[in-house]
Amino acid sequence: MPTKRPHSAKSAKSRAAKSARPAKAAATGPSAKIGPIDPNLLRPSAAFPPQVIAEIHRAADQGLYEIRGFGTKRKLPTFDDLLLLGASVSRYPLEGYREKCDTNVVLGTRFAKKPIELKIPITVAGMSFGSLSANAKESIGRACTAMGTSSTTGDGGMTEEERRASKTLVYQVLPSRYGLNPDDLRRCDAIEVVIGQGAKPGGGGMLLGQKISPRVAKMRTLPQGIDQRSASRHPDWTGPDDLTIKLQELREITDWEKPIYVKIGATRTYFDTQLAVKAGADVIVLDGMQGGTGATQDVFIEHVGIPTLPALRLAVDALMELDMHRKVQLIVSGGIRSGADVAKALAMGADAVSIGSAVLVALGCNRPVHVEEYRALGTEPGFCHHCHTGRCPVGVTTQDEKLQARLDPERGGRWLRNYLSTLTLELQTMARACGKTHVLNLEPEDLVALTVEAAAMARVPLAGTKWIPGQGGY
Amino acid sequence: MQIVDLAQSNVRTLNQRLHDLPRDTNERAWRILNPRGAHAVAVGLNLAVEIHVEGHVGYYCAGMNKEATVVIHGQCGWGVGENIMSGLVRVTGNASQAAGASGHGGMVVIEGDAGPRCGISMKGVDIVVGGSIGNFSAFMAQAGNLVVCGDAGDALGDSLYEADLYVQGKVASLGADCVEKKMTPKDAKTVAALLAKAGIKADVARFRHYGSARKLYHFHVDHADAY
Ligand code: SF4
Repeated sequence: MPTKRPHSAKSAKSRAAKSARPAKAAATGPSAKIGPIDPNLLRPSAAFPPQVIAEIHRAADQGLYEIRGFGTKRKLPTFDDLLLLGASVSRYPLEGYREKCDTNVVLGTRFAKKPIELKIPITVAGMSFGSLSANAKESIGRACTAMGTSSTTGDGGMTEEERRASKTLVYQVLPSRYGLNPDDLRRCDAIEVVIGQGAKPGGGGMLLGQKISPRVAKMRTLPQGIDQRSASRHPDWTGPDDLTIKLQELREITDWEKPIYVKIGATRTYFDTQLAVKAGADVIVLDGMQGGTGATQDVFIEHVGIPTLPALRLAVDALMELDMHRKVQLIVSGGIRSGADVAKALAMGADAVSIGSAVLVALGCNRPVHVEEYRALGTEPGFCHHCHTGRCPVGVTTQDEKLQARLDPERGGRWLRNYLSTLTLELQTMARACGKTHVLNLEPEDLVALTVEAAAMARVPLAGTKWIPGQGGY
Repeated sequence: MQIVDLAQSNVRTLNQRLHDLPRDTNERAWRILNPRGAHAVAVGLNLAVEIHVEGHVGYYCAGMNKEATVVIHGQCGWGVGENIMSGLVRVTGNASQAAGASGHGGMVVIEGDAGPRCGISMKGVDIVVGGSIGNFSAFMAQAGNLVVCGDAGDALGDSLYEADLYVQGKVASLGADCVEKKMTPKDAKTVAALLAKAGIKADVARFRHYGSARKLYHFHVDHADAY
């Protein structure tokens, strides 16, 4: 039986018609119109597929790297490559909806006088006002407050709206120090010293001129409309010994009340985690390479850093080695989309997760509405990564008044709340199935891997075997 | 006069006492003895007190200062007066790296020399240095004035957005997008006023003015070598 091709009879007919054309063209000379060539006869290059060719053309036209938003688009080992082992005879499950499965988590128990307690182990990652619209920030604050979790400021400082909307707000201290001020340090609930981000470990922030509105410019002390590039290193410390003193200063300024997080992009995660712990971090925030960005060089997003899966394993190993697992809490981010992702991250040893891109999607990012405007950006709903342009069709990542009016903060807050509730229910469902009365009781023993790569990176056995690549001498 | 001897007490107790002062406090004059290189001395002050630190301090003395006057009678480590919002931080000796880093307002005075990256990322602070400054000073500076009575090291004002830099002595080299600008009468007036406020004597006529060429305001292929 011949292989079935995904072509209809009609397209087969038109193929025949098309392949007839070159002969006709040859008969009537080169000036006659030549139709397209049968695509089945064209041999694509693996090294130069259409997207690579298009990128080289773009680079030749513009002479500058491509800057874009969203996160990595390449295929990576992810939590999808892991499975949870539900209970059976050897273990018994909890009754769904009847037996309690707690989700609360306390962060900052090491040094802070006022650790923060969250009702769910799912937090919202730092995203700046500037990169996001004020309505998006407010939606996030509303949803997080309703769900009893925290949201995070971003490069550019804290806005009144987000402080008002968020019960628990984490304040970022970034290399740029845009809008950093001691009053906001004193009125936040936790401080996050950002060293790097998964989308671009080693790189500084960017915000293109289209998004430097008068308000954003004022908050960042920048001229309006310029292409802002932030520093990649903090201005007043370098290296782990200095970081220790910097954390001491932040604690002194805030009277040792607030938990201090240290956020790292996933690269040499084992050492980075240990050094951050030694520097005095209360909480480590680990962002894998799937973590999103408002604007970064594409080459950076796709080629620097390591995926969340191996990074998480390295961070947990580092904490255990120091006997600090669960004493210094670990928040992991980068590619968390579902309750299953959360459950697997917790089972691997995280205390909580943080979500960014998925939050934007919940707020309407890539929703198939205003399709013409996606097209004007050169994309389609489902493929958009054009946050850097400031022309977000759904009002999430824009400073344009008309566009951002498309996101009503009340409705956005409701969407995000629904999404966070769904994640939590999914998480509890999986934890109950594994027989856990608290989601933090999930453990590596509950996991198996579907692929050899994931087994090696997450260091859990390949499903149906006892094999963890690299362990036991093989 | 409140006297805190750090040989008897510690930085935590000192800072807590300073933070607990009510806005209408009478305890506005403080002397800190024996700092012995301690870090984070008198950080996060939030009201108009005057503090004299008698000796050398470590990193981040008077960090994130608001309203207060902090005088360090000695040398200081990295990031003195970092992210200052208002008030005055004065060092009678030399300052190490990143003095006045990312300062948003107020004034930092270094009577001696300042190390590399003085005024890095400054966002509106005025910094006056009686001596010279090291390499990469005013890196990515955004706003404010840096007045240097001595010389400046390499790459002054590299990648700066705005901010005005005034140097009386030699500049080893200018960083990317930093250029010499005209010293206008308005600039001369600014420098004179800042010197007077800092209590440092110098000949305004000998200062030269440096600032942003604004060529890196937009990503452009022709500036690729400067990124
Ligand atoms: S829809 Fe908006 S938020 Fe989503 S990728 Fe496009 S520009 Fe960014």
